[in-house]
Amino acid sequence: MSVPITRDRLQELLRHGAQLVEVLPEDEYDYEHLPGAITIPLKMLDAASVSSLNRDRAVFVYCYDTQ
Amino acid sequence: MYDYVAGIADWASFGLPLEGEHDSGTRVGAHVRTDLATCRPNHRLTEVRERASALRAGKPAFTNERGVVVGRLGRVSLGGSDDVSVEEAMSLGPRTVRPSLELDKAVERMRTQSLTTLPVTRSDGVLVGVLRRDDAERAIQPSDD
Repeated sequence: MSVPITRDRLQELLRHGAQLVEVLPEDEYDYEHLPGAITIPLKMLDAASVSSLNRDRAVFVYCYDTQ
Repeated sequence: MYDYVAGIADWASFGLPLEGEHDSGTRVGAHVRTDLATCRPNHRLTEVRERASALRAGKPAFTNERGVVVGRLGRVSLGGSDDVSVEEAMSLGPRTVRPSLELDKAVERMRTQSLTTLPVTRSDGVLVGVLRRDDAERAIQPSDD
């Protein structure tokens, strides 16, 4: 289960080493993404695709907007 | 796991950095002039004209105490000699763009609407700066290299 977070809180936690995952299609990631984010498109989100994430650090996922 | 629900649209419209093929350098936010005059609605036009002429960014924007753009002066009011308050002379709800707008799209809009400047505001309405059309047109021209 994920917890909603604001922009300000995200910026604060990124400064402390949090990880960012964009779940949009890969071409949209190539077009633009948040600094330091990695791409794991939603359709590919499974145990294998997230294995590269550090389980000891917070993980933030995002897409384009609230839609 | 945390969900940044507002997403990249919120991040970019706040003028925060982007990476990728269309990174921050291709956006309006990287080309705004911040040496602009800001005035409060209760200021007198005489004072506003003095401030505006001292700065290269052109027409001043009018902000409230939180830095939110509330109005703009037209060329006639700014160039005239009346000394009324800004509030009486300004037009409300000026058209603004976000720092995340791609620069070529901003130029297209300015050409279509015959605008020489565009106020740039964050998603909360706070003024970032002003985009000048001549600056933007220069920036999108292909280099000679």
